Amino acid sequence: MTDHHHHDDDWPYPHPKQPDTEDAPFTDHMAITEAVTELLIDKNIFTADDMRKMVEYIDSKSPAEGARMIARAWTDPDFKARMLDDVNAAAVEMDIDAGTIPIRCVENTPKAHNVIVCTLCSCYPRMLLGLPPDWYKSRAYRSRMIREPRAVLAEFGTEISDAVETRVHDSTADLRYMVLPMRPKGSEGMEENALADLVTRDSMIGVTVIKDL
Amino acid sequence: MNARFAVGDKVRVREAYPPGHIRTPHFIRGKEGTVTAVIGDFANPEELAYGRPGIPKQTLYWVAFPQTGLWPDYAGPEHDTAVVDVFDHWLVGEQQ
Repeated sequence: MTDHHHHDDDWPYPHPKQPDTEDAPFTDHMAITEAVTELLIDKNIFTADDMRKMVEYIDSKSPAEGARMIARAWTDPDFKARMLDDVNAAAVEMDIDAGTIPIRCVENTPKAHNVIVCTLCSCYPRMLLGLPPDWYKSRAYRSRMIREPRAVLAEFGTEISDAVETRVHDSTADLRYMVLPMRPKGSEGMEENALADLVTRDSMIGVTVIKDL
Repeated sequence: MNARFAVGDKVRVREAYPPGHIRTPHFIRGKEGTVTAVIGDFANPEELAYGRPGIPKQTLYWVAFPQTGLWPDYAGPEHDTAVVDVFDHWLVGEQQ
């Protein structure tokens, strides 16, 4: 195939090109990460294949696992009680690996709306919700959600009545959090699998609510 | 470890600014809140961060702060709260 493209010197589109990975700055921390990884592999602490498997495992986690648990909690009050008591143990009942870091589930009610932030870094319940969205890690979200939650929620299209308490959980230490959203009106009689499809990642972070059907 | 505080206790976060790896955010230092849960004992992250064992473990609490007490210009209603995970050694009791 003949290459007719001359992007570098003749880029006809109005938006800027995204730089290739190698063109972004290679920082000190990136160099340390690469060096430590190579040392751990050279010293046979783990193999490159172990590392690939772990990365693939983390990448395979998705909000679908958290959503399955929410749907079960909506349909089974005993399970909900156990989940509010110990999310990690409740996950095992559903053959979900929630990992060893304790996860706490906070329940939305007509009186209180919960939302999660990590102001100090970007702690997130990856084992149940997968990798965090980029905005969750942004300085804007981390600094504003704790300080003006109602304004940030409104930017997500979420209006919380002044009669309802907003409760922002700052994930500063050894816990991770997920929100148990309120079950939408109109979902009575739906089966667990169909209910799980209604549960979004953002509703489990608490930046949105699940609309009534 | 027996927890020093119980659910419902009024507490104040120490107003201290030591260097190092601290999990107590600046915006609650010196502020008053209410214990809403006693979570359990965890190795002290301020020690773990430097490769030390983090012993004795510290009790971790949920402390709920009224948003209007954290931010002088808070625009929402008075019942809005921020709930922060705070370790025992950062808390002092308040007179009821």
